Amino acid sequence: MTAIQSRQLIANRDAYGQALVDLGGRIPELVVLDADLSKSTKTSEFAKAYPERFFDMGIAEQNLIGTAAGLALAGKIPCASTFAVFATGRAFDQIRNTIAYPGLNVKIVATHAGITVGEDGGSHQAIEDIALMRVLPGMTVIVPADAIETEKAVAAAVAMRGPVYIRLGRTAVPVLFGEDHQFQIGKAVVLRDGADAVVFATGVMVAEALQAAITLAERGVNVAVVNVHTVKPLDVELIVELARRTGAVVTAEEHSIYGGLGSAVAEVLGEHYPAPLVRLGVRDRFGESGSPAQLMEALGLTAPHIIKAVERVRLRAGR
Amino acid sequence: MAAGGCNHLQLSDSWRASTKSVRNAGMLLSEVLIQGGNILPEAQDELIKGLRQRARQIRCDLVRMLAAAGSGHSGGSLSAVEVVTALYWQVLRIRPEDPSWPDRDRFVLSKGHAAPVLYAALAERGYFPVEELLTLRKLGSRLQGHPDVRKLPGVEASTGSLGQGLSVGLGMALAGRLDRRPYRVYVLLGDGECEEGQVWEAAMAAAHYRTGNLTVIIDNNGLQIDGPVTSVLSPLPLPEKWRAFGWAVTEVDGHDLPALLQAFDWSVGITGQPTAIVAHTVKGKGVSFMENQVDWHGKAPSADQATCALTELQQGGENR
Repeated sequence: MTAIQSRQLIANRDAYGQALVDLGGRIPELVVLDADLSKSTKTSEFAKAYPERFFDMGIAEQNLIGTAAGLALAGKIPCASTFAVFATGRAFDQIRNTIAYPGLNVKIVATHAGITVGEDGGSHQAIEDIALMRVLPGMTVIVPADAIETEKAVAAAVAMRGPVYIRLGRTAVPVLFGEDHQFQIGKAVVLRDGADAVVFATGVMVAEALQAAITLAERGVNVAVVNVHTVKPLDVELIVELARRTGAVVTAEEHSIYGGLGSAVAEVLGEHYPAPLVRLGVRDRFGESGSPAQLMEALGLTAPHIIKAVERVRLRAGR
Repeated sequence: MAAGGCNHLQLSDSWRASTKSVRNAGMLLSEVLIQGGNILPEAQDELIKGLRQRARQIRCDLVRMLAAAGSGHSGGSLSAVEVVTALYWQVLRIRPEDPSWPDRDRFVLSKGHAAPVLYAALAERGYFPVEELLTLRKLGSRLQGHPDVRKLPGVEASTGSLGQGLSVGLGMALAGRLDRRPYRVYVLLGDGECEEGQVWEAAMAAAHYRTGNLTVIIDNNGLQIDGPVTSVLSPLPLPEKWRAFGWAVTEVDGHDLPALLQAFDWSVGITGQPTAIVAHTVKGKGVSFMENQVDWHGKAPSADQATCALTELQQGGENR
């Protein structure tokens, strides 16, 4: 496997825009809503292709979500987009009561999630959105790792019935998968096997985890890397199996360690197979301004940090 | 049972016949009434009399179901009785036997705490058995404390967290236009509810998208939980605000059925612009000890109080 960093870079939100255009031609019920950020979320691509099925709701996220709910009640398949911090924070009650409670067929596709928003700073960096969406009954939560997976995730979300939250980032990220990539909601994927430890990663951290595993392999430590693209419903079976096989678990996410993938895996291990666990994520703090790369480094979310986490958890596991 | 009492007797045959004939002609009876069609004055009187009887029946249903539940929102349910009666017996094109008929008009009860008035209308209209009203708020009931679209046929949206129903109605209206379906969407808001910012987000968007198929009715009963709306946080003046947001607005006595029918007819005639009907109402209307009493916002009558209320409603005159 070549170094992950040398791969082609595409932003997942660009893949989202393209996916919407592709799906729009096949699915007449598909409608798209945005809250004055269509150029950033890339829903502008859909707006160009299908202007009559695109609704810019202005800087009004609560109404964005409510209107999407009404469209769904009338048989449409709405994708509602804005930045993750606004989608899940500003409109949380709307998502809870108007979409999740009635189980409506609305897809909330949020971009600019996590600290890789960068320079805009902590006010705009959603580090709690997975947690907020994960607690809602019936909500599916997907965090694609690359452009290919984003396309497939959006298509799968539109094809299933019920509310879905898809979390996308702002920056270009390495393309990890080929067009033949198999994506199934709720089925985590073992990207690399190994018996010495397992890293459950999601979103941009999948690339970092793969890079870490390559480096560790050169040192004779074989680490399994699992792409947990669906944080809910979680692939409990696979997580337990890998925990049992390796006995040392690391989670990696560009999100708070509270309520996200790390918490979800800890819940599973606690109930099914207690094993040493190190959670890599944002540790009870907000983000700040800086370049995405600087922030990932400063907040401890790069491949070298994963390597250290693997070493730490292996020590605790007695290796 | 005596005329004017709370029973489940059908409306008089002549009323039903006149309704049927006009419906068959594909027109709203109220249109004919107001615009001077061929309906005889006696038939007009019969229509209004029938609607008043319906309204009284719904009030009796409300009192019974709230008393049985032991909790719930009496005042804001009673204030909306005429609005809901006019909608379900005269305005809405619906098929109770086919609740998901794609071309049906939609009614969204944004002030979801008035669920009892919606449930009573749906039951009396035949969506589910009237006896089921007495399961309100009980474990396992389809009649949740606030409307649940997944549980009860006829409920169009889950509401209750205030300020959200107009957005939902807007989405339905936009979908109807996209699909070139003839249905209209009606959303009932409270006046206190207009303190929610989302209402104005939706109002702005509905005017921007020129949703002529969307009508808001504001149940302007003047009271909210903490007191009069004017002392808690005044949302007034409502007509001016809605007009400023780009809506066509009319005001009406929300207990005057002929006036309400006229207002709904007016709203159908407005195209390219959403319409708002500010219905001036009395909270707790029809039960004297509840009228204009803020304490009755979120309280249910005791058994004795219910008996009292039912007696008063049953003795109420035709014009009450």
